[in-house]
Amino acid sequence: MSGDLLFFIEISLAGLGSGALLALTALAFVLIYKATRVVNLAVSEVLMLGGYLFFAFAAGLGLSAWVALPLSILGGGLLGGIVERGVIRPMLGENPISVFMVTVGLGSILVGMAELIWGAEPKSLPAFISTTPLFLGEAYVSRKIAVAFVVAGVTISVFLALFRFWRGGVALRATATDQAAAYSCGINVPGVFSVAWIVGCATAAGAGVLLGAIGGISTTMGVFGLSALVVVIVGGLDSILGALIGGLALGLIQSWASTYLGGEYTSVVTFGLLIVAMMIRPYGLFGTHEIERL
Amino acid sequence: MIIGTAKESYRADEALLTTQPQRVWMAIFLAALVALPFALNDYWLYLACLVAINVTAATGLNILTGFTGLVSLGHAAFMAVGAYTVAWAETRLGTPFFINLIAGGLVAAAFGILVGLPSLRVKGLYLAIATIAASFILHFCFIHFDGITGGATGINVPPLSIFGIELATYFRLYWVIMPITAVMVLGAANLFRTRIGRAFIAIRDRDISAEVLGIPLLRYKLMSFSIASFYAGMAGGLWAYFFRVVTPESFPLLTSIFLLAAIIVGGMGAIIGGIAGAIFMTLAPELLRFGMEWISPLVPNAGALLSPVRTVVFGALIVGFLIFEPQGLAEIIQRIRRYFRLWPFRT
Repeated sequence: MSGDLLFFIEISLAGLGSGALLALTALAFVLIYKATRVVNLAVSEVLMLGGYLFFAFAAGLGLSAWVALPLSILGGGLLGGIVERGVIRPMLGENPISVFMVTVGLGSILVGMAELIWGAEPKSLPAFISTTPLFLGEAYVSRKIAVAFVVAGVTISVFLALFRFWRGGVALRATATDQAAAYSCGINVPGVFSVAWIVGCATAAGAGVLLGAIGGISTTMGVFGLSALVVVIVGGLDSILGALIGGLALGLIQSWASTYLGGEYTSVVTFGLLIVAMMIRPYGLFGTHEIERL
Repeated sequence: MIIGTAKESYRADEALLTTQPQRVWMAIFLAALVALPFALNDYWLYLACLVAINVTAATGLNILTGFTGLVSLGHAAFMAVGAYTVAWAETRLGTPFFINLIAGGLVAAAFGILVGLPSLRVKGLYLAIATIAASFILHFCFIHFDGITGGATGINVPPLSIFGIELATYFRLYWVIMPITAVMVLGAANLFRTRIGRAFIAIRDRDISAEVLGIPLLRYKLMSFSIASFYAGMAGGLWAYFFRVVTPESFPLLTSIFLLAAIIVGGMGAIIGGIAGAIFMTLAPELLRFGMEWISPLVPNAGALLSPVRTVVFGALIVGFLIFEPQGLAEIIQRIRRYFRLWPFRT
């Protein structure tokens, strides 16, 4: 195999790895949006908090990584539950922009809290994924990225299966389709809201741990969430499949752009893609086209 | 005490100041603005100028978001366009101050029309995200078109001078910035007495109904975008003269969020909301600084805590106002006015 092609395959694999993380984060957006019609920008900050919680449990308390990981995911879920009950529930039914701005404010609070507790300087997480490289044929893959890819892939498949077969998943789909009808079928709609927020935020926290394991944690790592937001807009705000495909595609494109054009082109390519996608299909590639009635 | 409104014409009904107390209070307020620079020290004058710049930008965003219902999270990018235009014209062309400023506003308005183009196709949150995207792309352009923008180091702006008088102190700058802000706010207040302003409000309330009523949506939405960007460009131009350096990092996404937060806290869809919100949100961090200095003997390294505490308070203000006072400070001001309307007789 020629060197150029091998190099191309390697960066594509790395792109798929980060794309899987994007898809996982996008999943958090989609879950929350599907149930409550709220675009939760604080997902980015929950992601950051997940990384910091892992840091606190693993480095601060000296717990094993396999204890710290579920604990930080639980922490993210707990935060999601509290936020949903305390802040989002009273805001439901308000203008979507107001609710969106509430989550922006929440994000700011979380960043400030993390800075207060852990300081503003970037940290690296204690290693829990071995660093020996992995070879697929001849192509080199960082093991962390491979692990992130597998974990994200498994999680998304589990979610897809849950949506299809689990009663709670069906309840969530029913709520997303028609709230009033879901109520009259005896579905506990507020319960669905809470579950969606808890699971969504827990997913984001898990993604944060993976992301922190690859690139270290800092209070500004929430910027990653903006890329994931691009993924959900391009893929469709209410489509898990869209999050998966959009995430992988954006990961690939970002990886290619930063290798062949230069790192500074990543954001302009990402957001350029967003604008083009929006002009062609405003509701996303796999999203539901909402018809507006007066 | 007001016991009735005896108006005989629409003109009287639409006037900005309808009652005697309003006129008196406005006169007092204007007199206070004139007296301010003589009473304040340099630091507070610096804040007063900053407040005035933010009031201009927030009023512009209020026209777009509060009155037309188009949410923009890229307003800082328009400020940056204005600031760069002013800086470029000042250093390369050497044209007079006022022409630069207007040019800054107009160039920003042109960019606003460009960014506003998707607004017919997408709305609400999608538009907000499209404007974020546009602001990131503009940020990229500021770094990479270094022939015009000076790249990452930006452009240094010489001190503002009018008729050969150099305005380098905050005291002198105040006399330029505050009148321009006052005129801009007056313009915004008057805009909503015209057909255009009423069309904006109709679009906010229900855009499809507005179109049925004969308001061309695309034209008016773009008009709103261009007016709002013009305000942002003027504010950015003043900003360039005030801080005397423009870099790509001068107007981050956080500034856009700050401006949106200012009109949320102040009250969307009310001119006074943009003013009150910008004043409050600019001064709140300073109040926090005093608070931190005050508790510094009790808490070790209080100075280091200032920045994160500001971030937390910034978020808490947005969340708190949206949940408990969605109409913002404008509503609180209204409540106080209502209280005093029948004042000594009923409380």
